[in-house]
Amino acid sequence: MKEILIRIDGKEVSAPAGSTILEVAKQQGIPIPTLCHLDGLSDIGACRMCIVDVGGKIVTSCTTKIAEGMEVITNSDRLAELRRLNLELIFAERNHVCSMCVSNNHCELQDLACDLGMQHVEVPYAYPRLSLDASHPKFIIDQNRCILCGRCVRVCAEVEGAHVWGIAGRGSEARVITELGIDWGDAEMCTDCGKCVQVCPTGAIVEKGKAAAEMEKHPELVTTLKERREND
Amino acid sequence: MNDVQLKNPMYAELDRVIDSYRDAKGPLIQVLHRAQEIFGYLPPEVQQFVSQRMGIPPSKVYGVVTFYNFFRTVPQGKHVINVCLGTACHVKGADRVVEILREELGIGIGQTTEDRQFTLSAVRCLGACGLAPVMMIDEEVYGKLDRAKIKHVLQQYAS
Repeated sequence: MKEILIRIDGKEVSAPAGSTILEVAKQQGIPIPTLCHLDGLSDIGACRMCIVDVGGKIVTSCTTKIAEGMEVITNSDRLAELRRLNLELIFAERNHVCSMCVSNNHCELQDLACDLGMQHVEVPYAYPRLSLDASHPKFIIDQNRCILCGRCVRVCAEVEGAHVWGIAGRGSEARVITELGIDWGDAEMCTDCGKCVQVCPTGAIVEKGKAAAEMEKHPELVTTLKERREND
Repeated sequence: MNDVQLKNPMYAELDRVIDSYRDAKGPLIQVLHRAQEIFGYLPPEVQQFVSQRMGIPPSKVYGVVTFYNFFRTVPQGKHVINVCLGTACHVKGADRVVEILREELGIGIGQTTEDRQFTLSAVRCLGACGLAPVMMIDEEVYGKLDRAKIKHVLQQYAS
């Protein structure tokens, strides 16, 4: 394949034509923060965290292919400030309360906030009233913690091939939905594979029983057990 | 779906529409457009039908339907009243027009009367600023509105 020469953070590198800036940076060991990107899924440039500077223009590195003679800067004061603001806006748009979240301490959003040194959010919180759908027997989708990265949508379509997840509405009204916006538990195309749970970067899609309040009791088990013993 | 639904002439027509777009590229929006013309709105059954017949996941159909303002998932009245809330009409008292319509019809913007005669919605500028405040009922524009004129116009449409 044709090799293309670009300059990334002042260093001249060559990479196959068709590579994205993010891929080249990774190969070179240059860290670029990402959130909606996941190796193995298509890239959509939704979260805007992986922005880089290409000749003064800000682009998402996950969706921008390299071009001959491209000058890429992956880190600068301007980029750091834009990423910080972007991250703050993601936090402010929904109700991210780490201390109450089932994903506390293993959350990509939280990790990113730590990595980028975000100690407070300067933009006003939107505090939207959002729903939580626990109709699926094994999993929960909590819209309060969704960042609309679309990983669930992509993994379901591209890897599982079930096409259960989608994004409905737009702007601040956008929501991840299952099928025709029905309850997840009623989604007939869902295979219960749990891939969406595994790829969700936050506590939005989680397994049931992971929070104290979700411990389910099954007293009927004892009843059944007793009956069986008596019949033996 | 299918056998039972296809006995319904509306679904049969939609079926023909989908067939006619068989070789078109990215025809979902056009098909939904026609479906809305046929049914008046896009209830879940129609979205499901489109999804199955076109081989497009329901989640994607629903995403498109909810993305565009043009698509409706609730039925619309026989007549659609578009009140202009553009700058000129605003200055000339568009809010009064909305208020009078609310008193006369008992509905606000985005709502439909119980008898499904009227749906009230708002637009930004109909390009008839010289007649402000204006409203449009179906394809007809009515300008220089006041209470008497609004009442008179509504009577023409009431049936």
